[in-house]
Amino acid sequence: MTDTAVESRREARSAGPAPPLRPQNRQFAVLAVLVLLAIPLPLILPSAQGAVAVRILIFLIMAVGWNIMSGFGGMFSFGHAAYFGLGAYTSAYLLVEHGVSPWVGMAAGMVVAAAVAMVIGYFSFRYDLKGAYFALATFAFAEMLRLVTTSSDAVNGAVGYQVPLIQGSSVWQMQFPAGSPAYFWIALVLAGGAVALSILFRHSPAGRYVVAIRDDELAAASVGAPVMRHKLLTVALSGAITAVAGAFYTQYYLFIDPQLAFGSSVSIEAIVTAVIGGIGTIWGPVVGAVIVGSLADVTATLLATPPEFLSFLQGRSGLDVILYAVMLILIVRLMPKGIFGTLADKFSERRRR
Amino acid sequence: MTATIDTDAPETRAPSATLAVLKRAGVVGALVAAAIAVALIQSGSGIVVWQSVVTGLLTGGLYGLIAMGLTLIFGVLDIVNFAHGALLAVAMFLSFGVVQATGLHPYLTMLVTVPALFLVGVLVHRGLLSGSGGATLENQLLITLGLSLLLENGLLLFFGAEPKNVGLPGETHLDVFGAVVAGSRLYAFAGAVALGLVLYWMLQHTRLGTAIRAVASNGPGAELVGINVRRIHTLTFAIGAACAGAAAALAVPLLSVTPTLGEQFNITAFVVVVLGGMGNVVGALVGGLLIGLVEQLTTIYLDGQSSLLGVFVVFVLVLFLRPQGLFGRRT
Repeated sequence: MTDTAVESRREARSAGPAPPLRPQNRQFAVLAVLVLLAIPLPLILPSAQGAVAVRILIFLIMAVGWNIMSGFGGMFSFGHAAYFGLGAYTSAYLLVEHGVSPWVGMAAGMVVAAAVAMVIGYFSFRYDLKGAYFALATFAFAEMLRLVTTSSDAVNGAVGYQVPLIQGSSVWQMQFPAGSPAYFWIALVLAGGAVALSILFRHSPAGRYVVAIRDDELAAASVGAPVMRHKLLTVALSGAITAVAGAFYTQYYLFIDPQLAFGSSVSIEAIVTAVIGGIGTIWGPVVGAVIVGSLADVTATLLATPPEFLSFLQGRSGLDVILYAVMLILIVRLMPKGIFGTLADKFSERRRR
Repeated sequence: MTATIDTDAPETRAPSATLAVLKRAGVVGALVAAAIAVALIQSGSGIVVWQSVVTGLLTGGLYGLIAMGLTLIFGVLDIVNFAHGALLAVAMFLSFGVVQATGLHPYLTMLVTVPALFLVGVLVHRGLLSGSGGATLENQLLITLGLSLLLENGLLLFFGAEPKNVGLPGETHLDVFGAVVAGSRLYAFAGAVALGLVLYWMLQHTRLGTAIRAVASNGPGAELVGINVRRIHTLTFAIGAACAGAAAALAVPLLSVTPTLGEQFNITAFVVVVLGGMGNVVGALVGGLLIGLVEQLTTIYLDGQSSLLGVFVVFVLVLFLRPQGLFGRRT
């Protein structure tokens, strides 16, 4: 997809003595600048917008996770709610039932999600499920997890978990007073880490293999790429990152139930965010998260005090989803590389001229 | 993909293939018999199991009808239509609205929902899915996903989430060898089977049906002999959508009408489509009956679990072991 490596080499030859940064270093530099710029945000923004900012970061982590498997790897997952939910439930279970720190719970959730992703992946690849069949299989697994948690008393069934409140604040318990900027900073670190991982992965041998396998599996296999191993590695990484979003979600909203954790809307949010931003690009999920994450708030404000011609919609729900559904359709029809992908193409075209 | 809209007419099918289908039907029948036997042992009550079997089969007929539209679209256009459930919901609201406004018998609203959904199908295919933007499988998935979100939330926005009910005038309850069956359920089943047969007849014995089968089995070849492939694609999509319209009118007395009711039917319909073999209309009907049974038997086997769990277990097994469906052939 991105031939930036070739491009930069070509530029290096023509541009003379100062070789440009390697693409991953350039991307790391951009990431560092973005994170630094974001740090003061919770201190500037009013608290309602601060909550939106945290939601954007949660979407961001989910979309980065989805993008690794489905964008770079081309394995179209319709069931990322499975990994989000496993992250959320593992950390919530360990915290509520055994008093384990959410940080440890998060790590455990990552391991569980990665393992489940590998099992699902192994069977799907072993039985050669492709395209729509693969999407349906991933969807089925997520739904099965939702149904099983809903009816399992061991994890509180349909009631879910409430995170026990503590006095004051504690980094180790990942709990702060409501509206504290610390939540944003933790989410920022996690999201920054997720993007950094996705940059590392994209430029690692495994990432290159997986992109090659996505573009032409037969060709990649015939030159000796270990297809199964790299696909499994990709789904494991993707599942682990998505689990982080789930674990953090539980800590931030202090509540999780089967529908919030494993519901199909979670999978859809991950997909829509990545696709609107730009599927298979590093920055697409970031752009998409800013748009999708803030939409709900924008429409809520709009519907709370609607302008004259929209007054019949007052107090109704669903408008935000309608907007992102329209955006999804338009983007897939008109700019299939997403907002970031299309802009990046335009930009590099102009530079080449 | 396995596009098998019964491309081989019965007379051209080799005897060995017929035998294979019979054999598979036998295996499936044996499995069903075993499942029922286990349910009998588990519950220890014949009447409970019989009631489940009857309810399962009757509900399954409805699943089959909904899945027929989906399987037709998949077999001919290779499109996994995630918006099928949302189209069903739209048709239900339409049917509900017509009953409210005119006091028409719910089943007669089919006269409105079928043409309306046909038209919607034409518009969706021409406007969203045909052409280069809808070319790849991922794009089609995403577009139909977006459409389903759009339709469901549009209904939610305009009509709200509170469920609406349409009663069947003169609703009766029948006794089928000890099992109690609501009349509406029985009529819906009969309607589903009848519509399935009409669809099958249309595919096998009309010019349009022949053209659809030709496009399904070999698009470029059909183009070469003068079939307008794009037109057939649009018509097929529209017929598939119209099936959802028909199913809606039949099912509206049975269900609470909510904006998100399509979701659960969508899931079941996909399972049925894969089970029956993607593109196989008769397979969809049989698959629907089986899934209806599986749902009911699950509630007997696993007390307290959702009936959908058994459906998903069957789904995953079929996806892994027989992705071409029970009655399809491996390609």
